Amino acid sequence: MALLEVQDLILSFSGLEVIRNLSFIVKKGTIASLIGPNGAGKTSIFNCLTGFYKPDSGKINFNNRSILRLKPHKITQTGMARTFQNLRLFKSMTVLENVMSGMHCRTSAGPLGAVLHTPSQRREEELIRVVSEECLAFVGILNKKDRHAGNLPYGDQRRVEWARALATKPELLLLDEPAAGLNHDEKQELIELILHIRDELGITILLIEHDMGLVMKVSERITVIDYGKMIAEGNASEVQNNPKVIEAYLGSEDDEDSL
Amino acid sequence: MSPSSDTSVLTDMANWLQHQHNRLIVLLVMAAAAMFFPLIANNYMLEVLTNAWFYTILCLGLNIVVGYAGLLDLGYAAFFAVGAYTTGILTSQFGVNFWLTVPAAVFCSMVAGIIIGGPTLRLRSDYLAIVTLGFGEIVRIIARNLEITGGASGLIGIERPFFFGIELSQGIHFYYVFLFLAILACFVSYRLQNSRMGRAWQYVREDEDAAEAMGINRVGVKLYAYVIGAMFGGVAGSFFAAKMTAISPETFTFSQSVLILLGVVLGGMGKIPGVIVGAFALVLFPEVFRDLGSMRMLVFAIVMLIIMLYRPEGIWPRGKS
Repeated sequence: MALLEVQDLILSFSGLEVIRNLSFIVKKGTIASLIGPNGAGKTSIFNCLTGFYKPDSGKINFNNRSILRLKPHKITQTGMARTFQNLRLFKSMTVLENVMSGMHCRTSAGPLGAVLHTPSQRREEELIRVVSEECLAFVGILNKKDRHAGNLPYGDQRRVEWARALATKPELLLLDEPAAGLNHDEKQELIELILHIRDELGITILLIEHDMGLVMKVSERITVIDYGKMIAEGNASEVQNNPKVIEAYLGSEDDEDSL
Repeated sequence: MSPSSDTSVLTDMANWLQHQHNRLIVLLVMAAAAMFFPLIANNYMLEVLTNAWFYTILCLGLNIVVGYAGLLDLGYAAFFAVGAYTTGILTSQFGVNFWLTVPAAVFCSMVAGIIIGGPTLRLRSDYLAIVTLGFGEIVRIIARNLEITGGASGLIGIERPFFFGIELSQGIHFYYVFLFLAILACFVSYRLQNSRMGRAWQYVREDEDAAEAMGINRVGVKLYAYVIGAMFGGVAGSFFAAKMTAISPETFTFSQSVLILLGVVLGGMGKIPGVIVGAFALVLFPEVFRDLGSMRMLVFAIVMLIIMLYRPEGIWPRGKS
């Protein structure tokens, strides 16, 4: 069953088409990847999915419901969470506080409850803390919860982002280049973590990634994008042997001749 | 200056204050000092300190908008004016009991906050500053030109409130009124800061897009900050009207807004003790240096410049992490 369905998506910036007639689906419970050369429009697709960009036309259905007109925070509420390509942590806040942001859309206490410390507000604060700590434990940095996020090493900052996204209790998790800047060991841990998130938490994952080793290892379905268009789709081996993909990445023979 | 290399007395003090029971001791001592101050003070000192508490309330209110939510508001005096005029008009022209006008003042400043904040909080910070500046002037000019607000000469004969049969008329009465309100403002600020809403303000201030991606309604959260800040101003304005018994539009000028903003920035945005220090500095400095005559504002300006150059994060230091 399709959790996410993208149909004939078109996005352009002042006449320049960044995404052209793109259609793809992500099935519930799978790990899917979007790959493509630099500038192919992958992050733009994420920004459309999460409501930061408004596409010119097309359909985006999440859980059989159109999310095309929703604001980013509403989309997160419907169960889609994302991480950013360049880390976007709340740097001067603690790690725990960062992760607590994810629970915001799952809770409701307002200013009055905060001032009066009503029982329901206190219960909710406790719940936010517990869930956030669980998420930190899941990504393995619970022992750093009181550190300032900006002072952590890069690899840990990535983990804070994942924990923060998990704290929104998503059904679909969008990871934008999760392996960027990680060393070899950290990449191995990332692969395990991605599999854990799917197997233990039952969260569907869609990732954008440049690290082909990682993509081939974890993804069950790969969509290849070039110039905003889908050029191939399939599992790892199908995509690897597709001549169009090889051409997009390495350039065609014609190109070489013209050099 | 990095926090680790900063070994000034202030930093040591702030770290010492990080401990819960140290903080409690300090709070109790300060509360006692504030309570018993009127016993040793003369009228002049009492008046100055009352004024300091009054600015503490205003600065804490603006701190929610500027310090917590990171919205630059250059027209905060407008909410103070709405509160003062609500009480002024209701008591002097309709004979309403003062205490009933307080909720009315809160309500009116809240509505004013929604009217101005609703459409403008979508703007990014620089534009917001301009719009709030305009709004502040609009409110003052309306007050100047309407008949019900007494025009340019303002309202006079605002009734003094009674509290359990005592007419609140002396300096000492208002000292305690504003002290109580300032403590209440601290309490509310503190509770808000450490809550779901307080954290949401901080998320939005640090990175709007990331906050939105985490499911936080950027505009909604800002509107809350704006309206709550407006309510603080409304309460302060309402009691201000009762204390002065007369208000005029010239009390609510742009320079008033700037002065309040100055208190917040000087003390340290987003830090409650810092904002109190800022408010006190604002009121006490010109008084302490009264001997300098007209030169004192110049000295004040130079001192402020020095503080901002060497402590851009405000007088109050950041605790270590």
